[in-house]
Amino acid sequence: MKTSIMRGLLAGVATFVMPFAAGATDLEVTHWWTSGGEANAVQELAKAFESTTGHHWVDGAIAGSGNTARPVIISRIIGGDPMAATQLNHGKQAQELIEAGLMLDLTDIAEEGKWAEIVQPKSLLDACTVDGKVYCVPLNIHSIQWMWTSNAAFEKAGIDPVNNWEELKAAAPKLREAGILPLAMGEQGWQEAYLVHNLLSGTSEDLYYAVYRDKDEDALNSDGVKAVFNELAAAREMSAGGNVQDWNLATAKVINGEAAAQVMGDWAQGEFALAGKKAGQDYNCLIAMGGEPSIATGGDAFYFPLNKDPEITAAQKDLAKVLISPESQVAFNLKKGSLPVRGDVDLAAAGPCMQKGLETLAAGKVITGTDQLITPDAVGQIQDLMAEFFGSDMTPEDAHAAFVEIILNDE
Amino acid sequence: MSVIDPVAPRAAGRPKKLIANPMAKIAALPMIMTALVIFIGCSVWTVVHSFTKSKLLPSSQFVGFDQYERLWSTRRWLASVENIAIYGLVALVFSLVVGFVIAVLLDQKVRAEGAFRTIILFPYSLSFIVTGLVWQWILNPDFGIQYIVRGWGFENFTFDPLHNPDTVLAALLMAGLWQGTGLVAVILLAALRGVDEDIWKASRVDGVPAWKTYIWVVIPILRPAFVTATVLIATGIVKLYDLVVALTNGGPGIASEMPAKYVYDAMFGKQNLGQGFAASTMMLLSVLLILIPWAIFEFRGKKRG
Repeated sequence: MKTSIMRGLLAGVATFVMPFAAGATDLEVTHWWTSGGEANAVQELAKAFESTTGHHWVDGAIAGSGNTARPVIISRIIGGDPMAATQLNHGKQAQELIEAGLMLDLTDIAEEGKWAEIVQPKSLLDACTVDGKVYCVPLNIHSIQWMWTSNAAFEKAGIDPVNNWEELKAAAPKLREAGILPLAMGEQGWQEAYLVHNLLSGTSEDLYYAVYRDKDEDALNSDGVKAVFNELAAAREMSAGGNVQDWNLATAKVINGEAAAQVMGDWAQGEFALAGKKAGQDYNCLIAMGGEPSIATGGDAFYFPLNKDPEITAAQKDLAKVLISPESQVAFNLKKGSLPVRGDVDLAAAGPCMQKGLETLAAGKVITGTDQLITPDAVGQIQDLMAEFFGSDMTPEDAHAAFVEIILNDE
Repeated sequence: MSVIDPVAPRAAGRPKKLIANPMAKIAALPMIMTALVIFIGCSVWTVVHSFTKSKLLPSSQFVGFDQYERLWSTRRWLASVENIAIYGLVALVFSLVVGFVIAVLLDQKVRAEGAFRTIILFPYSLSFIVTGLVWQWILNPDFGIQYIVRGWGFENFTFDPLHNPDTVLAALLMAGLWQGTGLVAVILLAALRGVDEDIWKASRVDGVPAWKTYIWVVIPILRPAFVTATVLIATGIVKLYDLVVALTNGGPGIASEMPAKYVYDAMFGKQNLGQGFAASTMMLLSVLLILIPWAIFEFRGKKRG
């Protein structure tokens, strides 16, 4: 909070100073990176942009999660008051905006910078491409298939740190006895929905694709999917009494050793780093919650809404080049805890958790993210369903039936 | 209206009435256009598009009643409707009754009435977001009421209404009424001051107890003030959104979801305008269902008078 006020003040001061710098353009950049670790990371981008191009980065951070920020971003673009650049997730979120011609075509920059050769995995660039034209800059790879565990919490309960979901379930009663919350979970649908996706991809890649990509009715009603919903009921029990909403507050519980584990995307790493915790020593990261290790390559991308001012358009293209440059890729992703989108950069400074992610990526254990497989409508309905399930005593059978309905009706 | 002889304009004929006082009509034109285009025009547009397959952007691909079928089979919408019905009924009755009682107490020529009035009206000057956050802190078990009472030595005291689906509406009502009741009290207090002193003298001469005078004489006199207060409360209930977002964000689960929040989330979060339009059309319909009979009733009453 304090840093964003400071940044706002600095931006205010800068607007007074900047007119004297020739050729400098103010670019308003919106994003929802507001937790401590995230704000640190985005600072790196602003620094790189301002020092290499001389333009000015006007920070438009929108507090809250993507679910709060996306409506603001999209309604500004549709309403004819576009920002110069904005964060969105890869996938179907921006597709209609692109089709309506509201986004800047970056194909020339992409060809000049040989993005097709440097972006790894290729699916990231594909997610930015509509009808052969490139409309966004992939910035990082985020995967949600992670479980974070606190060594201090297990020590306090007098048991060994767990290595997977099953062990966590077994350890839950002892953790409770020691006054430790077995599973920290923010009571927001999007966080709870991650658990569904992760349990499915952790069961098997085939099942995951049969559900989300093929929307196969037999697969949806298979024992594998039903079992996932029973696991969710176990998760509901383990997370009862947590009383937190925001993901970073849930992460804080794991950092402080008040909770044993959290299922959250790899951006949680930034919070651990900010708190001065060391991976392996203070906390552990388990891909796919200890199940079949594969990660989804969703992530953040920058889109540039179409603008009438040619100066802004030129500055937008400058920003696009900066975002994908090796220097900013390394600086940003190290702070953010995400993986770079290009395979040719050196990440020697990456911690053990990031190394695990890079290894998985290099081994080709990559799955397509849910945002790219189902519509935002279905994503939202699954989140509602999970919010209802975790906030009530809904039976796993009812939740499973509702889930099947949502997937089958998704266009 | 009542000052003018109702027969005269009719005898003079309609056309003359239309062009009479042209400057006033020209001056009113912008307002009339605004009402027609913004309120009526946009409402019609919304209703029409609720029958389409609009996703992120409005489309004109009609799908009949599909959006409504989905709406009424969505548990979150059903829960929202139930929640607003409970919240609305309790909030309406409670704020009128408590608001009136506070107004009567303030009307007893108490000392430092101005100070009391300010304290009671003060919450109304806060935005719902502030109210929601303040009550979220007050009701938070880790540092709110529960924490304080436990600090006094009652170790087993539990007070956590926000995280229990059965009590979350009560918590919402607490915050909503804390903010809204003061305004009702002040409106009714102003109206109470307008009641003729002679009525009180007459009832005292007749030996009628004060409470009976309030119920049978004063309340009927306060009817216009009650109508104003009711309209203010009712609009506050229908548009209830920010308080929920700040206090509970619809949770735990979907236990405190509200229709307005469903509309917003469907339109912008789920990028499904059609679904949001269908839900907002239902909201409009419910308002009309209450408003039209009431308007007819009020209008007729005046004509007779």
